[in-house]
Amino acid sequence: MDKMLIVSANPHIRDKSSISKIMYTVIISLIPAVFASYWFFGFKAIMLELVAVVSCVITEAAIQKFRKKPVTISDGSAMLTGLLLAFNVPADIPWWIVMLGSVFAIAIAKQAFGGLGFNIFNPALIGRAFMLASWPVQMTSNKFWTQPYTHETMDAISSATPLNLVKTAIKANPEMKTVEILADKGIGYWELFVGSVSGCIGETSFMALFAGVIALIILGLVNWRVPFFYIATVFVMTWLMGYDPVFHILAGGLALGAFYMATDMVTSPLTDKGNIIFALGLGFLTVSIRIWGGYPEGVSYSILIMNCFVPLINKYTVPKKFGYVQPKKA
Amino acid sequence: MKYTFKGGYHPPDGKNFSEKMPIEKMPAPKIAAIHLHQHIGAPSKAIVAVGDEVKVGQPVSEAGGFVSAPVHASISGKVKAIAKIADAAGNKTDAIIIENDGKDELFPGVGVKNDYSQLTADEIKKKIAAAGITGMGGARFPTHVKLSPPADKKINYIILNGVECEPYLTADDRLMQESPDTIIEGLKLMMKVVNAPNGIIGIEKNKPDSIRIMKEKTANEQNIKVVDLEVKYPQGGEKQLIFASIGKEVPSGGLPMDVGVVVSNVGTANAVYEAVAMNKPYYERVVSVTGESISNPRNLLVRIGTPTTELIQYCGGVKEDVFKVVNGGPMMGAAMYSREAPVHKGTSGILCLSRENAAVYEEQPCISCGKCISVCPMKLIPTEIQINVQHKKYEQAEKLGILDCMLCGTCAYVCPAKRNLVHYFNIGKAKIAEMKRKK
Repeated sequence: MDKMLIVSANPHIRDKSSISKIMYTVIISLIPAVFASYWFFGFKAIMLELVAVVSCVITEAAIQKFRKKPVTISDGSAMLTGLLLAFNVPADIPWWIVMLGSVFAIAIAKQAFGGLGFNIFNPALIGRAFMLASWPVQMTSNKFWTQPYTHETMDAISSATPLNLVKTAIKANPEMKTVEILADKGIGYWELFVGSVSGCIGETSFMALFAGVIALIILGLVNWRVPFFYIATVFVMTWLMGYDPVFHILAGGLALGAFYMATDMVTSPLTDKGNIIFALGLGFLTVSIRIWGGYPEGVSYSILIMNCFVPLINKYTVPKKFGYVQPKKA
Repeated sequence: MKYTFKGGYHPPDGKNFSEKMPIEKMPAPKIAAIHLHQHIGAPSKAIVAVGDEVKVGQPVSEAGGFVSAPVHASISGKVKAIAKIADAAGNKTDAIIIENDGKDELFPGVGVKNDYSQLTADEIKKKIAAAGITGMGGARFPTHVKLSPPADKKINYIILNGVECEPYLTADDRLMQESPDTIIEGLKLMMKVVNAPNGIIGIEKNKPDSIRIMKEKTANEQNIKVVDLEVKYPQGGEKQLIFASIGKEVPSGGLPMDVGVVVSNVGTANAVYEAVAMNKPYYERVVSVTGESISNPRNLLVRIGTPTTELIQYCGGVKEDVFKVVNGGPMMGAAMYSREAPVHKGTSGILCLSRENAAVYEEQPCISCGKCISVCPMKLIPTEIQINVQHKKYEQAEKLGILDCMLCGTCAYVCPAKRNLVHYFNIGKAKIAEMKRKK
């Protein structure tokens, strides 16, 4: 008798994509941002990234081992969470905070929900929220915001983030122009675009993040509608309210959030229409928090809040099925 | 204007293996196993007994109802047995097993050209029914039933399906290039049966030779149009083809005739011509024997009932790395349990796939990437339907439209988590059908 053959349901051919390929491609697309973090904040940025990645991977492996589930650290999703989480901390934060944040992100936000694909919230952002709530001083105080290296003088000095600067200054004197406040500190749009400003290690460089996300959009791994409508909403809203829209797009974590956090497949809606609604909500919440809220930055909380709405959005954006047409009367 | 539908995906088409191979007549097999149930509908009833001598083209069964079709002897010889043997899908059903006497004698009247210009619509339809013609694209719906719409359904179009959107397969492509005249004649006959004013031949753009030849041959036909369709799977799905050609959506649960259309495969049109003009019943068909794991890919004219293994041997045998043998195309065909299963009326290809290409993957969790939704030609949410079936929530799956799913497999093809979506859809559909029977 001839060799045994395999029998399974159709289709008998599959394309070459896989979850791990998606995850590693996203990680590779973050290389410019990793480089930018090194360039502006030095070797300690790389160390924090390593701490987060290693902690995330070990946590995932330990939990899966403990629960006697297959260990899936090779799929790259824990690594990606770690890297994104590290991007969300200031350069001078103690490394053990990042480690605990990583453990929390994987253990609570991801594994407790059932692992990859079942988490409701973006794990990296839950990690950030956890760190922000537990160590607010280390996460936000000026002492830990390092002024980036200018590569002219090698002294790193602490200073507030541009968003913080502007918010405080406008609060004191609502007449002040954003551009003037920044110019006073030697910051222009160019500095914000390139990333040579104070902020979390992975969020400052719009340029590096943009380069990465363009590659992902071309490869079809990011739905362009999310970053486009998110950023467009922020632009239009801040502009209508009389603030500086370009500043609000380039400053803070909007690029990181819009390009890499809100586009996380697991925690964003399924359909194009759903993603547009999701992005509009993100833009609205981000501007609301930045302008009226207590924090200078609102990206991560907006994404976490909108994550809650994803099941609801999915429910109300079911596509119209083929063949469900009103029969035309001839 | 672009003729296409929304959704879909174009997998690497693998047509290069056999697209240049002319159709070759394969010698009759030593033994043919002709299943009595080769179509959608009631099984046919045997009208020969063990020991009877039969000739090529002789009917060996009669239709078991209106939605049914007879089968014919594809070789001449003695009926050796009527026994249950496994078909391509692995189900054991009754088959008439004929041993070849080597004479290849035709049944009287078979293959004799006759003047068919004076036949009435009813007479043509009777000939089609008697010839046992079923759809040749895969679903195998008896053709005479398709051509019998209720009186209140006016048929405006006969659309011939020459799309062949399944990767690898080239049988229809070759047939269109080699017998365009008979296909067009067959189309006209079908138009006559249902009194349809228009004929359309839909061909995917990756078959430029077929499009050119068909356009040349129909240049003087006022009411026959060749539509060159965008290259995208499943462009050949009946509902997608209708939407692409005339812009109408077949209502859910409805039939093409609800929008005034009858769709038929180009091979079927050829068979209709042969049945009407040459009294030749449907006992042989073109089969692409192809794939990366067959030594010499070919397009063969094969007698129905020929064991698959003979086709494979005729094409030089399988290569070392063969992993799956599929009856039909790679997207919707049936993986074969045994290479002994015979060719049936819907066998458009015998596909030998390699371990690398047909690899079976471990399922990973859905990461909600939404790819399945963007490619679904029926605009369903495959991932959600699958999860509901997996958790035995069949009613919810039905609400989500599982019955509209045509199992084309595009969602499973693109799924990065390699979820076996179609497998669950099969289960879900079967369970829902069972629940409905019980009610």
